Amino acid sequence: MAVALDAKQTYVAEFASAETDRSGPSWLRGIRRSAIERFDALGFPTQRHEEWKFTNLAPLLRVPFKPPILGGPDGVVAEKLEPFAFGILKTTRLVFVNGRYAPRLSYLRPLPEGVRIASLAEVLRQDPGSLEKDLTRFARFQEDSFVALNTAFFIDGAYVDVPKNAVVDEPIHLVFVSTARDRPTVAYPRNLIRLGAGSQATVIETYAGWAPEVTFTNAVTEIVAGPASVLEHYKIQRESEAAFHVATMTVDQDRNSSVSCHSMSFGGALVRNYVHTLFRAEGGSVALNGLFMPSGAQQSDHYTRIDHAAPACTSLELYRGILGGKSRGVFNGNIYVRKDAQKTVARQVNKNLLLSKEAFVDSTPGLEILADDVKCSHASTIGQLDENAVFYLRSRGIDEENARHILTYAFASDVVNQVKVAPIRIKLDQLILSRLPKGAEVGETL
Amino acid sequence: MLEIKNLHVKVAGKEILKGIDLSIGPGEVHAVMGPNGSGKTTLAQVLAGRLTYEVTGGTARFEGKDLLAMKPEDRAREGVFMAFQYPVEIPGVSNAYFLKAALNAIRKYRGLEEIDAMDFMSLVQDKAKLLGLDETFMKRGLNEGFSGGEKKKNEVFQMAVLEPKFCILDETDSGLDIDALRLVANGVNTMRSPKRSMLVVTHYQRLLDYVIPEFVHVLVDGRIVKSGDADLARNLEKHGYGWIVEEAPRPQPARA
Repeated sequence: MAVALDAKQTYVAEFASAETDRSGPSWLRGIRRSAIERFDALGFPTQRHEEWKFTNLAPLLRVPFKPPILGGPDGVVAEKLEPFAFGILKTTRLVFVNGRYAPRLSYLRPLPEGVRIASLAEVLRQDPGSLEKDLTRFARFQEDSFVALNTAFFIDGAYVDVPKNAVVDEPIHLVFVSTARDRPTVAYPRNLIRLGAGSQATVIETYAGWAPEVTFTNAVTEIVAGPASVLEHYKIQRESEAAFHVATMTVDQDRNSSVSCHSMSFGGALVRNYVHTLFRAEGGSVALNGLFMPSGAQQSDHYTRIDHAAPACTSLELYRGILGGKSRGVFNGNIYVRKDAQKTVARQVNKNLLLSKEAFVDSTPGLEILADDVKCSHASTIGQLDENAVFYLRSRGIDEENARHILTYAFASDVVNQVKVAPIRIKLDQLILSRLPKGAEVGETL
Repeated sequence: MLEIKNLHVKVAGKEILKGIDLSIGPGEVHAVMGPNGSGKTTLAQVLAGRLTYEVTGGTARFEGKDLLAMKPEDRAREGVFMAFQYPVEIPGVSNAYFLKAALNAIRKYRGLEEIDAMDFMSLVQDKAKLLGLDETFMKRGLNEGFSGGEKKKNEVFQMAVLEPKFCILDETDSGLDIDALRLVANGVNTMRSPKRSMLVVTHYQRLLDYVIPEFVHVLVDGRIVKSGDADLARNLEKHGYGWIVEEAPRPQPARA
């Protein structure tokens, strides 16, 4: 407890000392002050909080993180980002280093008229009025310490605004690099993605970093999906195994909108992903598709909440965990079907594969249904590899280790196959294979 | 090629095979028949290397090597292949990927280079045609959603691609309609050669109408109680197993 209290006071003091650095329009400064006050009141969550029951934050709170030293991209050059690209896939790319836009590493591809993809800080300087309505509206700091901290401290992030009926064919790749050269560094990326009515876009968030740098990324992404818009969203967590990562994503869906959120979590010492989607009008659909693959001593915690606040919406949630070493995993899925949300279809499946006797996962599926005309189901499994399948492969000449790798890879494929953009799918395949101890050998015969 | 001597096997603590002697020469096809629970599948599985089966006595030598000491993958690489009675479904691994991995593992063991992608495709297409498997099947998950017949065809198809020296067919005829049975039997017969031996484990004689064995052995309660030629199988079909079970010698009480 003392650790949490000290950490809290450090962050609050930090705000007081450096507030000028986070200047912005007066409405935002007011919100930031409220956020830090709220954080001061909330403190960091402990395992007594239902939503944090299985994740101990002490390792994060013990590290004295500091904001990055101001300046350029801190040694990050284009070559270092190459492993985070998707082969032949052409994308617009915005790079943020420790939460600040790095124009030299970023480029825009030709975009349909009216589409705006920019640094949030820049928009806050030039056209703050366009943000006032939605920025901080969906990710509510009143209830969440990490959102409160992000709101108080964020400097920059991505702003994606797709106007009515615009279709952005090429994916928009947002790369968030965390780097800490001589001291543990914290960054607060803040993103706002707005899709106008009938518009379509694909957005990829990549979180990157390199061991042994100790970094803390506290990211917030707010997504507003207008009527009948279509969004494919990918979040690929590839920070180093020394990194701390807490990310909140809110999705606000209007009538008949269709959103897919793919969350692929590989890196990080301690990772917490919170995804909160809301159907505010009828006819929407959302797919939450997740894979977490911790090994060693990694902790990977995934909390999702799908709020069916309107009738005739569909949510399909599919999360798979593959856990090796002494890793810990958490899946906590909550689906709320409100009273008026008739004709809701909600399906939630979490399957976990334990590759070692010391790995551990907590799976808590949840459905709360207040409407009576709905189709809802949830399922959760935790298991080891099927020894019959291992024997089958071995009986064909495949050695035991490879047989296990092939089956592990196959376990992940359900989630990977939901990925519609082929170069992203191929990249994910490679990432999964590279996480297997002898992945390269499995890959050779792909 | 295969010499089994006084083989005893326990499954889950219970003795299932109680002293099997069987000698299979190159090019020979042997059938092992027997009522349910006689130990047929145990015999097949223990030769393929099923780890949950405990060998409590006896030997099995394959081309002079101690088969029972080998890992399952090494048995496969040495040329032993078992067509499973219940092939496993593995979604997420395509038939093509699986088969190529298997073929290359075997080739590597034998000091051969990995097969070229084009050569693999043409090999696979030839063998698939033989079994009436269509082209899309290679891209599907391994046995995923396959009908019983498709699974059995896939086993024989794998056998045709991997070209083992010794094939074990475990109840390969079960669950097959007559057309599928003909295709599967034809696939098996195409593979008969003076250098390749087979052990066909079956409850019914009907597969043996197509794949005609040189030797038939009847397994009752973990022992081979009668051996003969293909006529023995026809007799069993006509008269059932009852008469043999009656004739079978009673187990001797263990001597103090």
